[in-house]
This record gives sequence, structure tokens and C-alpha cells, in this order.
Amino acid sequence: MSDKITTLTDATFDEVVRSSDKPLLVDFWAEWCGPCKMIAPILEELADEQAEKFAIGKLDVDSNVATATKYSVMSIPTLLLFKDGEVVARLVGAKPKGALLQEITANL
Amino acid sequence: MTHTRVLIVGSGPAGLTAAIYTARAQLSPLVIEGEPSSTTDQPGGQLMLTTDIENFPGFPEALTGPELMARMREQAARFGAELRVSKVQRLDVTSRPFRAWLTDDEEPSVTADAVILATGARSLMMGVPGEERLLSHGLSTCATCDGFFFRGHDIAVVGGGDSALEEALFLTRFASSVTVVHRRDALRASKIMQERAFANEKITFAWNSQVLEVLGEDRVNGLRLRDTVSGEERTLAVTGVFVAIGHIPNTTLVAGSVELEENGYVRTGLGSFTSVEGLFAAGDVQDHVYRQAITSAGSGCVAAIDAERWLEAQGL
Repeated sequence: MSDKITTLTDATFDEVVRSSDKPLLVDFWAEWCGPCKMIAPILEELADEQAEKFAIGKLDVDSNVATATKYSVMSIPTLLLFKDGEVVARLVGAKPKGALLQEITANL
Repeated sequence: MTHTRVLIVGSGPAGLTAAIYTARAQLSPLVIEGEPSSTTDQPGGQLMLTTDIENFPGFPEALTGPELMARMREQAARFGAELRVSKVQRLDVTSRPFRAWLTDDEEPSVTADAVILATGARSLMMGVPGEERLLSHGLSTCATCDGFFFRGHDIAVVGGGDSALEEALFLTRFASSVTVVHRRDALRASKIMQERAFANEKITFAWNSQVLEVLGEDRVNGLRLRDTVSGEERTLAVTGVFVAIGHIPNTTLVAGSVELEENGYVRTGLGSFTSVEGLFAAGDVQDHVYRQAITSAGSGCVAAIDAERWLEAQGL
């Protein structure tokens, strides 16, 4: 995994979201989710290419149910974009890189 | 622009088997795999959303759909097939060489002497009120992706075929109860799946039940059903709904230029030949009867051999 991507847990989630100086995109994923695996390499690329514009974090829903429940995640992959601690965009489902970047950028 | 002798559109079992065979026949096939998505319209196709595959010969210990597809892909690549994660936006099969566009550009991205169409089929939606609004808010088309979130819930699976029962059985790992909602009084599913479902105490059946509406404001809280015999309406209280009611073939790329069956599937005569010379079809885009990983792979092999012989006869 790219060292630019932060691994989030129930314990660290709030603190990381609050203290992020850039918008933070959080990928809610799990090992058993095929579409999640498909967008993983795309997020790795974005973490490198878009480091100036936004940061990326990943939360494994399997071991961090509380955060997933708090944000009503019922389908994965779900990407939540946080700005100043608030959710400003919710992207559900795997999509090609161009489409993902477009939706993220539109909400930065 | 690239020219290829064989262009394969789709990367399910049909597309990848066609790739293995045409690659081994030294035809250097180009496979346009599709793009990431959470639907079946993705590289690997419908099997990417399935769990265990127990009936693919040669794998007695079962393997998952994504694993099987990864192996097929690796095998195709090993023999020199070029695989591209991209989507064919437009395909012109009205004159040869055929032309395919992967972008919005005016110029085609690829020209091909022969095309093997292996675009598969996608899940049907119910088309009832509430369905679109509640998608991913309790309504799902992918049990393997979303089942986890229904731990302890009472949920429904709509459909009566193998995929519906496979989903229902998988979902019993998480849900408290699973009601299979089916419009008839008997299942289309195979005997072994039926037996497993009947034996599972978490699974019950709502027979002769047509779904009229998915209920709930911002989260699913029920299904409104009509009894197809008595006409009576009732509400089934569930907090999750999984839809598995059947498939439609992905024929948009060739609409209007190739003959289709009355039900919309691409018509193939002997083998994989379509009404357009040089265009071959394999897998679920032309098969509404068997629709198995193994039959799809078989028909991919048929298309590869048909295409190879046809190219040879054309001197291409």
C-alpha cells in the first residue's frame, strides 16, 4: 500500500478526520469485497498524483463496524469525502479512475 | 490507432477463453476487459460478484468467482493476449475491418479483422417505486459486497433461480432471517440449491408474491407485496432487500447491426457465427438457456476456433 494512504480505525477515525489539513477521502472497504479490490490500485495512484489536493484514508469495515455504522455505510466500496470534519460527498460503488476523480474534484 | 486480427470485447469466462485459444493460435488477440464498477459490467464479468464456485470442473475444492477469473486472465496473458482495462464505447461492424472506439474521439481506437463479442448479461432490476431511491440504502444487487451490513437483520431476496438461492444462502451467514420472495409457487433453481435452501432454517419463502414497492424513507423498512393468486396486498417487514430476478444481454454495442433473437439475445447459428460475417458471439450475450461459467467458457472456445478458421479462409 502507498505510504501516502493512512489506515484508519474506530479508535483513530475522529482524530484523523478532524486534524487533516487537506480534504480527506476515506475508502470504506473489506477484504471479501471484489469491487473494493478493483478500486484499490486506483486509490493508490490518486494518493500519489493528487497528494497536493486531498489525502486518502482507508477503513476496513470488518474490524471497524462502529464507524461504518455511524456513517450509514451499507454498501462497499463507499468513499466519503471529508472537509473540515464534515462529509461533503458520498460515492458508492466502484467506478473507473476518471469518473472517481471527477466526482471528488467537483466536491473539493 | 491499433490494428488487431482478433478483438475480443468482454472478459468473463467466454472472452478470456476465446483469448486463451486465439492467443495460442498466434492471433495476438486484444481483449477490451471493461472498467471497474460494482455491477456485473466489470472486468471478469458476473462471476466477480459470486462467492464459491463448486461446479467448475477441475476445482473439486471450490474456488471463488474472482479467483477463477484471475486465473483465466493470467492464463490468457501467459500466451500473449493483450488485455486492456477499458470499455468499448462504440463498435462499427457494418464494414470491414471493424472499428472500435475506446474514447469519445472521432478516430477509432482499434480496427479488427474479426470481433468476438463476449459482453455478457447484466442483472435486471424490478422497476418498482422505491427501488432506485433505496439502492445502497438497504437495497442491493450484490450480496457478496453488502451482506456484511445486514448482520442481525431480517431481509428479503427477490427471485427464484440459482442466483437468488445462492444469495439467500450466503446471506444467512449474517441475517437473522431471509425471506425468498418469488412470483410463482415453485423455484426455477437447480435441485441441489433448492434442497440447501429448504434445509436452512433461516430461510422462508413468500410464494406467489409480486413486489409492488420498496418501502422506506432513507432506509429500507419493507416490501409491499401482492399475492398473485388472491390479489391481496401485504407488507413484508424487512430492512434489507437483495434483487436477483434475472438478466438481460448487453447488446447495446451491436444494436441495429446484428440479428437478435426475439428476447434480445444475439442470434448465433452454427457455432458462434452471427448474422454479420467476421463477428462472432460467445457467452451470455447469446445464451439465455444454460448461462454457466463452463458453458460460457466452452462457447468462448467455439468462437475462437470459428474466428481462427474464418480468418484463415479469408487469407487474413
